[in-house]
Parts: sequence; structure tokens; C-alpha cells
Amino acid sequence: MSNALKTFTNGLLKENPTFVLVLGMCPTLATTTSAMNGMSMGLATMFVLVCSNVVISMLKNLIPDKVRIPAFIVVIASFVTLVQLAMQAYVPAIYDVLGLFIPLIVVNCIVLGRAEAFAAKNTVGLSALDGLGMGLGFTLALTLLGAVRELLGSGAIFGFQVYDAGYASLIFVLAPGAFIALAYLLAIVNKLQKKDK
Amino acid sequence: MAKLESTFKNMALSLVIIAMVAAAALAGVYTLTKDTIEEQKAEKEQQAVFSVLPEQGVGAVIVDTIISPKYGHTVYRAEKDGEFIGAAVKTSAVGFGGKQNIMVGFDANGMIVDYTVLDHQETPGLGDKISYWFKTDNGRQNIVGRYANGAFQVSKEGGDVDAITAATISSRAFLKAINEAYAAFRGDEVEAATSASQVHHEEVVAEPEEVVENDNLEKEADYE
Repeated sequence: MSNALKTFTNGLLKENPTFVLVLGMCPTLATTTSAMNGMSMGLATMFVLVCSNVVISMLKNLIPDKVRIPAFIVVIASFVTLVQLAMQAYVPAIYDVLGLFIPLIVVNCIVLGRAEAFAAKNTVGLSALDGLGMGLGFTLALTLLGAVRELLGSGAIFGFQVYDAGYASLIFVLAPGAFIALAYLLAIVNKLQKKDK
Repeated sequence: MAKLESTFKNMALSLVIIAMVAAAALAGVYTLTKDTIEEQKAEKEQQAVFSVLPEQGVGAVIVDTIISPKYGHTVYRAEKDGEFIGAAVKTSAVGFGGKQNIMVGFDANGMIVDYTVLDHQETPGLGDKISYWFKTDNGRQNIVGRYANGAFQVSKEGGDVDAITAATISSRAFLKAINEAYAAFRGDEVEAATSASQVHHEEVVAEPEEVVENDNLEKEADYE
């Protein structure tokens, strides 16, 4: 049981995909223009991460080592497309918000990274937990980064205006702001983690 | 079960099987969801037609649906109490990431009542602002309430509409779609008046003198 718990919390803090592993920077930088966008991307990624982890851990003995990467990519891409179609059909309101981010999940290296580093070596249950933990960690990180950028860049959090947008600095919504905000968050998280030890 | 060895046969077989299963699953889900997705789109489009008409389309009746011959845009002509009140035009243009589909409403005089973006592939956080940017009152970015002249341009190119910050290509495509929508809208008006052939109307529309205030003439020529 403690092993399961450890697997789950691993992704949240100790091996947080964004702040510690520094994986999946492309969607992290691109989609965190607001807290809502960051959270949406995180949740969609989490769903794909759990599904692909489960399927890959089930298939791990059927896939020869030398072709595992293309096999994993096919599985991941299929799930992303399934999610996209299903959302478009049954929850169009959410698809309107998330739709643009969904195809980006395929190129998120966290999904492939976890398939490779964890699901290919562990049981189905543990892989599902790992996907859930990593997904939540990713969601938290993206929401935090999105909130910081939204607050500094457009003076709001989750769309609620905190101060006059005229005083906000647009650079935080644009690409350079993403790098600056991410760098400072990384530094803060690393500092805090050092203290723990 | 032991792990399969990486022989040529095993590798080829497992890849083929995985690809086939994935393709079958995708084809299945695509067939299952296709009709629902189409329905959702059609419904959204119907709602959009009324939402961009004058007075939110209350009491309006769509009397005519015309496909413009030049651009293929759909024009929904609306009447209220037997009087022509305007039209909603479904228009499109290719933006930064792909096609933008936009529903824009004009009143009988060609004033832009409202618009709504049906779907688009623009960059999240930048180009996707087209869905509200051009109806927000700020500087010269708002086009709602303006009279369309078929020659909207971003201010960077000498026009009088402010483009979205860091998304000029998306903005340019959006304005192109609006300009085409206006041309399609005008085409119908001429037809209603003269009942001549549709191809002929497009020629009429292409003549800016008919439509545009004189001071915009040169811009129109440049734009084309």
C-alpha cells in the first residue's frame, strides 16, 4: 500500500514533471497564458496519461524492445484522437475551451516519458496510479504558472479581474514572459526542495 | 509471459497488430461520433445565425438561404413582419493555424450587428482572441456597430482596425472573412432588387464604387 501511495505522490512533488523533471516544456510554455488554459491542458493530459499508461503496461510483454517507441506513440496518438472525437461529440462546451490543446498532448514528452520509464516496467495498477500522480502534478504546475502569467500579464486570475489590466505587462502573456515566469518558479521550487533535505 | 524478442518477424507483427487495432478503434469511434458531431455543429450554426441578427434574431424568420457563387459563403436572409431586417453570413478564411469559420450578422444597411467564431485553429492565448477581440471597445479594434465597407484592414497595413497583439495573421484572416461576408451579403441585396443572374451580381460587388465610400477606393484596389 505504501508503495502505491509513494507512486502516486511521486509525480506530485518529488518528481513533478514540470518543476523537477522539466519535461513537456513545449505545452507548458505555450498553453499557460491563463490559469484556466493551464488547468485545462493539465487535465486533458492527465486523462491521456492514465489511459496510455494502463494500456502500455498491459502490452509491455507483447512489444519487442526495438520497436517500443513507435508502438507507444501509436497508442498515445490513438488515445488523443479518441478523446478529441468523444469530447467534440458529447461535451461540445468543454471542447470549445479545450479543443485547441488536445492535439498538443501527442507531442507532450511526459506521456511518452512515463510510458517508457514506468508503464513498460510496472503492473497495470501502479501504472494507472503513476499516470494519475504525474497528471495531477502537471496540472498543478500548469495552473500555477498560468495563474502567475495571467496575474502579471492581464491582471486577472481565472478570468476575475484583480487590478486594472492597463497596469499589467503584456510580456507575461507572450512567449518571453513564459520563460521568465517558468524560470522563477523553477528556482523557487528548487530552493524549497533543498530546504526539505 | 516472457518478453517477445526483437526478431524481425516479432517486430513487424507487433507493430502491424498495434496499428491495426488502433486504426480499428479510431474508425469505430469516428463512425459512432460522426453524426453527433455533425448535429452539434449544425445546431451551433443555427443558434449562431440568430445570435448575430439584429435584436438577437427575436421574431426573425430566415426567408432565404443563398450560397454566394464566388466565395461559397452561406447567406441567411432574415425578415421580421415581412420586412427585410438583415442577414447572417457564414464566412471563412485561412488564418495562422487553419480555417476560421465565422458567423457575422449585418442589418439591412450593412452595419455589423455581431459576430461569433464557429471554429478555428488559431494559437491558444494569441490568435484565439478573435472570438472576442473585434467586439471589445478599445481603441480601434471594435468592428461591431461599424458599417462594413468590404475593405477592413489591420492598422499596420493602413487600415482602421487594430489587430490582435502578436496575432496579425489571424487578425488579417478574420477581416478578410468579414470583407468577403459583406461582399456576399451585398450580392444578395442586388439580386433581391434586380433578380438578375448570381454570377452577374458578383461582378457588381467586385466594383467598389457600388459599395464603398470614395475615400476607401484605393485601399480596396490594393487589397484585392
